[in-house]
Amino acid sequence: MAIGLGHYLTLSAILLVLGIFGIFLNRKNIIVILMSVELILLSVNLNFVAFSAALQDLAGQVFAMFVLTVAAAEAAIGLAILVVYFRNRGTIEVEDISTLKG
Amino acid sequence: MIAALAFYVFAAILIASAVMVVTSRNPVHSVLFLILAFFNAAALFLIAGAEFLAMILVIVYVGAVAVLFLFVVMMLDIDFAQLREGFQRYAPIGAVVGAILFLELVLAVGSWQFAGDAPGLRMAPMPGNMTNTQALGRLIYTDYVFLFQAAGLVLLVAMIGAIVLTLRDKPPGSRRQDIGQQIARTNTVLLQSVPTGAGLKQLGIRRPPTPEELAPRKALAHGHDDHGHGAHGHDGHGHDDHATSQGGHH
Repeated sequence: MAIGLGHYLTLSAILLVLGIFGIFLNRKNIIVILMSVELILLSVNLNFVAFSAALQDLAGQVFAMFVLTVAAAEAAIGLAILVVYFRNRGTIEVEDISTLKG
Repeated sequence: MIAALAFYVFAAILIASAVMVVTSRNPVHSVLFLILAFFNAAALFLIAGAEFLAMILVIVYVGAVAVLFLFVVMMLDIDFAQLREGFQRYAPIGAVVGAILFLELVLAVGSWQFAGDAPGLRMAPMPGNMTNTQALGRLIYTDYVFLFQAAGLVLLVAMIGAIVLTLRDKPPGSRRQDIGQQIARTNTVLLQSVPTGAGLKQLGIRRPPTPEELAPRKALAHGHDDHGHGAHGHDGHGHDDHATSQGGHH
């Protein structure tokens, strides 16, 4: 059975659901939430690459590279904010982050 | 056949490690499983024919992002056991939301197909006679150069933002270098013209001037400086006789 687009789409759907499940599961630990976001972005990248391979179109891979860049920037900024927050408050519990009362 | 087998193996490991990322008790283990997941995703990219992205994934994610995560997890002194309270409480709602989302995705993918003219609408058809990296390089430096520049800008902003966020001011009372003050200070440069052969015998060893000496020595320096450029700036240390005698040779 040859590997087609459907296999990749199923795999990335499972990965996306696992990432969202991880966000719900680790409601208090923002580090694992950031890792779950990385998983979600990875599944998006997998989709881009799968469609790019199925259609023989390189634009999908270019965009996947952009997504990769944005994900790296997001991780860097997120972790920097996390470090600053931990320095100020001594905890990283997400439920305590309500200073802005949004 | 080999490719299909490899796909299933890598996909299984990818899903298993993703499960471990979200459920593992220790965040350090989560990061390590995240690294494993990235490696397997890179292998899946390779199977799909995207070699360049696979290598980028390994280098950027495993080499930079995952190590950054590992660094932060290990640096912060966090009580992770306390953070796991409510784990079981949130699991059902997470499972329900995930199941609904997955069903929706299955429905969407199941009832979907390519448009008939999809091959004609391609933005950048793959050239058949070059490798993936070569073709991608030709594309991002020509048609997608602005996207490439924008990616660079995003990374620049991220770098500056991370530095600005985490850079701490020095505590008050610490002695830090003030370069402007250092350059603008006076009474620290002795200008002197030394005749040839007049070394230690006549001039003696220069010491850093004491505050009482400063005023007369400054007058002396100005009196001897009749060549204009035959003098060296120095900061008054023991070895500056060498510098002044060099100045005398001009």
